[in-house]
Amino acid sequence: MKKISWIITIAALLVGAIGVYQYLVFGEQAAGYSSAVPWGLGVATYMLASGLSAGIYLLTSLVYICGVKELEPFRQVGLVAALSALLAALVAIGLDLGHLGRAWRIFISPNPHSPMAWMVWLYTIYFLLLILQLYFDSRGDSAPAPDAGTTEIPGDKRPGRYLAITGVLVALAFSGGLGALLGVVQARPYWSNPLLPVMFLVAALASGSALLIFVVAVVNPDQQDEETGRAINLLARIVVGLLVFYLLFELAEMLLGSYYLSPSHALPYQLILTGPNWWIFWVVHLVVGALIPVLLLVRGNITAKTAGWAGFLITLGFLGVRYNIVVPGLLAPPFTALPSAYSEPGLAYTYVPTLNEWLVVLFVLALGVFIFKLGIEYLPFSRRPDNAVTPPAHHVETGADLSRRYS
Amino acid sequence: MVDKEGREIREPVSRREFLVKTATSMVLGAVTLGALSRTPAYAGDTAAVPAAGSDSRATAVKEWPVNGDWENRIRRLEQDLERALGKPVEQRKWGMVIDLRRCVGCRACTVACKAENHLPPGVVYRPVMEEERGTYPEVQRRFLPRPCMHCEKPPCVAVCPVKATYKRPDGIVAIDYNRCIGCRYCLAACPYGARSFDSGRFYTQDTPLLEPYESEPALEYGKQWPRQKGRSPIGNARKCTFCLHRLQAGQLPACVTTCLGGATCFGDLNDPRSMVREWLAREGLMRLKEELGTEPQVYYLT
Ligand code: SF4
Ligand code: SF4
Repeated sequence: MKKISWIITIAALLVGAIGVYQYLVFGEQAAGYSSAVPWGLGVATYMLASGLSAGIYLLTSLVYICGVKELEPFRQVGLVAALSALLAALVAIGLDLGHLGRAWRIFISPNPHSPMAWMVWLYTIYFLLLILQLYFDSRGDSAPAPDAGTTEIPGDKRPGRYLAITGVLVALAFSGGLGALLGVVQARPYWSNPLLPVMFLVAALASGSALLIFVVAVVNPDQQDEETGRAINLLARIVVGLLVFYLLFELAEMLLGSYYLSPSHALPYQLILTGPNWWIFWVVHLVVGALIPVLLLVRGNITAKTAGWAGFLITLGFLGVRYNIVVPGLLAPPFTALPSAYSEPGLAYTYVPTLNEWLVVLFVLALGVFIFKLGIEYLPFSRRPDNAVTPPAHHVETGADLSRRYS
Repeated sequence: MVDKEGREIREPVSRREFLVKTATSMVLGAVTLGALSRTPAYAGDTAAVPAAGSDSRATAVKEWPVNGDWENRIRRLEQDLERALGKPVEQRKWGMVIDLRRCVGCRACTVACKAENHLPPGVVYRPVMEEERGTYPEVQRRFLPRPCMHCEKPPCVAVCPVKATYKRPDGIVAIDYNRCIGCRYCLAACPYGARSFDSGRFYTQDTPLLEPYESEPALEYGKQWPRQKGRSPIGNARKCTFCLHRLQAGQLPACVTTCLGGATCFGDLNDPRSMVREWLAREGLMRLKEELGTEPQVYYLT
């Protein structure tokens, strides 16, 4: 089984690499985005992966911040998943740039006004925090504390705790910041919505917790059944709650949006609900990404595997959500007469992802999975002895004294 | 009379302006050169007609209909330009006024701009939008050229993560091609759709021969930009520069000199004697999407 999943991952990477090669050789003509619709599937995938990373991170950091014991056994796997999703997001957006080779300029001469510059800085801090946390974690679990002179006890995760608190702030900032990145664009009425940062945060949490269910139940099954069950029970409740919360936001947005009359306000909503890609909203997002998984998750006697696949469906649905935020916002031309003013390739206010863009998405997702698999396979987290894995019952009840659990 | 007839044939639509200008030239003919120094600059040409004498070679040019005809308007704009270029750059403020009543929708500006800046497929700086109003026989067709507005508060500049796009002291919103990372955030943020992305297409790319002229360097920003894979401007955001490279050489933007209807007026908005300032004082002035607060420096006369 393990072997098969490796083979599938590597095959997906290789097939996806064809798309990357085409990008590098033929440039941006290989993509469907254009002067008229400047962002497309690549940006949507980046937003999905960035949100997944933030969501998983925030969830697994609850262990530290709020003492949620159910998730404790899955914290490291969560960190690895967050790191993999972050790297996938960065590769997705990197490949989307016209001149990736100049991206270092964001560090040398950033524009402090630009939310995009902020995002890059936040990602960098977040990346370093993740690496540090993984380092401390692996050190704390697998080896005695190297500096025996300090009061640190092996397994004590004090530096990890501070890192986690900082990380939570950073993850909150960049997941909401992604909403701000679109929200500040006054030119696009569909984006220019002050609630967007909050919606993005909720979307990140909902999609991240969904992916975490998948990771816990399907990808990482060598945990004890009892642990997995407990974590899934909690996560299922969290994900359903967050998803419903997000849908509520969306309902409000759609209801109000349906009243708008000016074309640039109204067109994105019309396109989402009844345009040629109506199925993204109705089928991918609502049926596959919400209705079916929620029905699965609220059933009483659900198996871990089913819950995991429900989580997978929700994650998939959020790709549709991200796409429907990025693309319809751009499909409304700034002037109704502009699309017909000058016609040639690259100036049509339509967007259809090219095969190449799909291949790049495949590459990015496969890369995320690949890094994740490498991480859980080779990072020096020694499996804890079984007796330490199941937290004593009173800890579960009280949620207290977290830092000294393994002492 | 020649003047009058000439004007009537050329610009039948603009009667109000014609009357004003004829009156002006009559007055000007009656006053002395000294008094003229306080009048608008084009008066200089008008006064030169009698002064030059009818037998000099210059007369052949100077006998052209004086005020408001295409040639002289261009001359006037060039003089304005020269004056502006004599000032320090931060004291200039380039701006444009487009008279929609004069625009005939010929798209000469669009094409001239394409040629001047060697724009590839998918990149256009000055499309002309078209709108039809009413039903036959009461029908009207209107044209609206849309260059970059060179906004006073440009949203494209605010969002660029690497400060590749910036506002010059003379008001032109420029892109430093070698800084631009091609993120296209500015394209999303421009409310006028005035930015394009150069995705590396060529008009003749699918033909047996990729025509070499397509790769010849554009002169934007006063530098040479050959179109080669992986090099700017391919992979960059691009936009109207008010033909900065031409301005630096004392030439008007290509769209201004090619405008058949003489609808595009360009110059230094800080210069009270300039023709743009005169046009700015006319009735029916408007800017696009004023409500956004971007304060475009391209104005329209409706
Ligand atoms: S019109 Fe668009 S590209 Fe031009 S300055 Fe304004 S926002 Fe920037
Ligand atoms: S495409 Fe270039 S000019 Fe536009 S925002 Fe990105 S880096 Fe700046």
